Amino acid sequence: MTEAWLIALVSIGYLGLLFALAFYADRRADVGRSVIANPYVYALSLGVYATSWTFYGSVGRAAADGVGFLPIYLGPTLAAALFWLVLRKIVRISKVERITSIADFIGSRYGKSALLAGLATVIAVIGIVPYIALQLKAVANTYALLVSGRTTPVAPPPLFVDTAFYAALLLAAFAILFGTRHLDAAERHEGMVAAIAFESVVKLVAFLAVGLFVTFGLYGGFADLFGRAADDTRIAALLQPLEGAAGSYAQWTWLIVLSAFAVLLLPRQFQIAVVENVDERHLATASWLFPLYMLAINLFVLPIAFGGVLRLGDGAADPDTFVLALPIAEGQGGLALAAFIGGLSAATGMVIVETVALSTMVCNDLVMPIALRTRALRTRGDVAGVLLGIRRVAIVVVLLLGYAYFRFAGEAYALVAIGLISFAAVAQFAPALFGGIYWRRGTQRGAIAGLVAGFAVWLYTLLLPSFARSGWIPPGFLEHGPFDSAALNPQALFGLAGLDPITHAMIWSMLANVGIYVLVSLVSRPDSAEQAQAVRFVDVFREESGGVRLWQGEASLADVRGLLARFLGAARAGELLRSHARQRGVAIEALRADPDFLQFAETQLAGAIGSASARVLVASVAKERAPGLAAMMDILDETSQVIAYSRRLEEKSRALEAATAELSAANERLRELDRMKDDFVSTVSHELRTPLTSIRAFAEILHDAPDLAPAKRQEFVAIILREAERLSRLINEILDLAKIESGRAEWTAETVDVGGVVLDAAAATAGLFREKEVQLETALPESLPPVTADRDRLMQVLVNLLSNAVKFCAPGRGRVRVSVAVEPQALRVNVADNGIGIAPEHRETIFDKFRQVGDTLTNRPAGTGLGLAISRRIVRQFGGDLWVESAPGEGAIFSFRLPRPAVGGS
Amino acid sequence: MKESDSTRHRIIAVFLLGCLFFTYPLIALFNSGGTIFGVPVLYAYVFGAWAVLIALIAFAVGRRE
Repeated sequence: MTEAWLIALVSIGYLGLLFALAFYADRRADVGRSVIANPYVYALSLGVYATSWTFYGSVGRAAADGVGFLPIYLGPTLAAALFWLVLRKIVRISKVERITSIADFIGSRYGKSALLAGLATVIAVIGIVPYIALQLKAVANTYALLVSGRTTPVAPPPLFVDTAFYAALLLAAFAILFGTRHLDAAERHEGMVAAIAFESVVKLVAFLAVGLFVTFGLYGGFADLFGRAADDTRIAALLQPLEGAAGSYAQWTWLIVLSAFAVLLLPRQFQIAVVENVDERHLATASWLFPLYMLAINLFVLPIAFGGVLRLGDGAADPDTFVLALPIAEGQGGLALAAFIGGLSAATGMVIVETVALSTMVCNDLVMPIALRTRALRTRGDVAGVLLGIRRVAIVVVLLLGYAYFRFAGEAYALVAIGLISFAAVAQFAPALFGGIYWRRGTQRGAIAGLVAGFAVWLYTLLLPSFARSGWIPPGFLEHGPFDSAALNPQALFGLAGLDPITHAMIWSMLANVGIYVLVSLVSRPDSAEQAQAVRFVDVFREESGGVRLWQGEASLADVRGLLARFLGAARAGELLRSHARQRGVAIEALRADPDFLQFAETQLAGAIGSASARVLVASVAKERAPGLAAMMDILDETSQVIAYSRRLEEKSRALEAATAELSAANERLRELDRMKDDFVSTVSHELRTPLTSIRAFAEILHDAPDLAPAKRQEFVAIILREAERLSRLINEILDLAKIESGRAEWTAETVDVGGVVLDAAAATAGLFREKEVQLETALPESLPPVTADRDRLMQVLVNLLSNAVKFCAPGRGRVRVSVAVEPQALRVNVADNGIGIAPEHRETIFDKFRQVGDTLTNRPAGTGLGLAISRRIVRQFGGDLWVESAPGEGAIFSFRLPRPAVGGS
Repeated sequence: MKESDSTRHRIIAVFLLGCLFFTYPLIALFNSGGTIFGVPVLYAYVFGAWAVLIALIAFAVGRRE
């Protein structure tokens, strides 16, 4: 047992020493002689990966399942092999973009999205709280063990005597001292890094000391220790720890993957490895020295675990505290105190860096984007103080959250199990981050959707079960989920049973995260700012990508200077302006707020308040923001796509126009037909009414005047008779035309002698000619070849043409001549007269129905106006044509042609 | 970029070898109950392979100071 005051004194003294060291390192950095600009210091500071979990928890895990603790260190070793390729890229990007945290990195990659950065911050805080609780638990338990020899109190002590609570407050104070003494534009903390590197040495030495003591002090070396362990029934099973079952190898492999992610993605690892990196070349040394460090600190884990089981195995001590309990049990008070300091180093190192990293994230990516919307902050003169205040509050809040988790949930789990929950949470950053630096097509929506999905699965399969185990949720939740459904069992989702909770959660969350990230990225289109950032990240090693500028136009220098002064302090702002002017080789007075300067200012601000907020701020003073070269190219790409689309649209619309034109033409034709039908009906009724009216008038006269003179009576009856005849002729012709037009007329095809038909027609109309004293001549060749036609119809055509000719000839002087000519393919029949002739504009219309030349009633020729229309249709039916040639005053020649049957045909 | 390119390939090769070292099925070969110099075979193998891998990483990355 050690006196409490001694422990407190040594602990405070140790932390004081750390602080002095940090202070010294800061002073050295200020005069330009950095102590951390050294690859070995860098590699040692990466040892912050080894926390209480490593220092105490690995032994506990080894005591439970042998080599099962090793994947947690093999994963980072494999990751370290890729440091030079992957981590160097991340470091380079972060330097160029002034990235301050992993949330900032992810947000910045996807178009400087404040939403994404905020989301990543929330995930990090929720995910890391259990991990911080783990450190508090370790400190409290080991302190209790050192003071009283017991670890687990029967009931949690009241708040004000709870060691863990004071440990939390003390660590918060130290984190504030180390991390937020002043605001650094690059978010770098030289003193803190120096202290962390020193702590890495302390914990390694302490652990090796305990290991050597157990292996060579208590036993005669490895062989002796393992030999005795093999004889012990409790340990024999541990010596062949990986069961043949697939589950065991799956767990082993997944833990390697998980920890390989964690060593890059944990906020504190990102802070130390990326943000605090001084020189990229340090990564080369770190990539072998850091794994070597982990190998060394793990070398004695199994010996200590076996020694602990052999000597304290019967429940005398929690395996998680063997590192401390063994020296105590053997009466080595000094060694026990050294082990306690080693454990304290592991815990404080982790808590300090983690809370500083988280406070930066909370401040830059969660609070500032919201606070910048408020008027009070926009107009405030000095914001640097506010930033520090926010960070200090964030540190205290995070540590108190950790304490709360420890107080209410921590007892249910071993150290390692708690840490793995945190690992799985930060592993959700992997798709967005690694996808972001190698895959240009990854989009903001994809990253957000993937992150949310992965985190949701993590909550459901790991965090909620941990709550259930702590009794916050009914334990039934663990067996069948919230809805009594076996498929929703949070630890065997959709029936995926037989795996440990971590492997199970990793499989489902990675499936959801990666799947949705890729899917949404592929179906969403990034905007130009997003594409520009993607190019800057993915192609960071290409020379030209550094030249991509996002600012165009100018701002007032005073505005930008004011902005820098508000957020970085006036002195720092002046210094930056001077150095920028020097760099560009101009006097400070000659400095202009051109695009380069705006870019410079944005980068400086990004270092202090995160990239998303910095962009908003610079945009508030810059007049115009226009995309740079890469963004231009992307815009071109977008534009050409738009052009392609519009071209396709144009084609479509042309096709539509064509279809519309066709439709409207068809419509026009239909309308025309409709109009023609209406015209026809009205003309027909008009034509019918004229003779009817005349018949009726004369009939009325005869009826009303019985005493009319017989001669008059006779004359009127004759008129009635004539009009009735005309009416019936008209009706016959209309019916005839309707029949022909509708195709219902009956045609007989026979061999016809045209000459005979002409003579018959002349004979039939001879009375008419005589009556009008018109002379009729016929000129027929000796022999005519026959044609195929309907004789009666042909007769009808000729009679019609002859009576028409008579009508237009002057009585007495009229001459009509019918001639037939033989052409090679056809017979041509001409009916020529010497009448009034037809004006050229009427030569086609006379073939229309009811069209008669001469519009006035008086001038109206006799006839129905249907004859020519019918005749033309008849001739066309036989495959010929009917037309007219005429000059006004010189008569007209109506001709029609009938095709002769094919030569040689029978 | 020639020098960097060969470094790149060496590093990737070492990484893949490391993956092979520490996963099924190679790890299963050493998952026997025997001992070598009194140390359990699996334990000796993992640490031995680990040390070899670290040496290979150091070789692949080279000195950059």
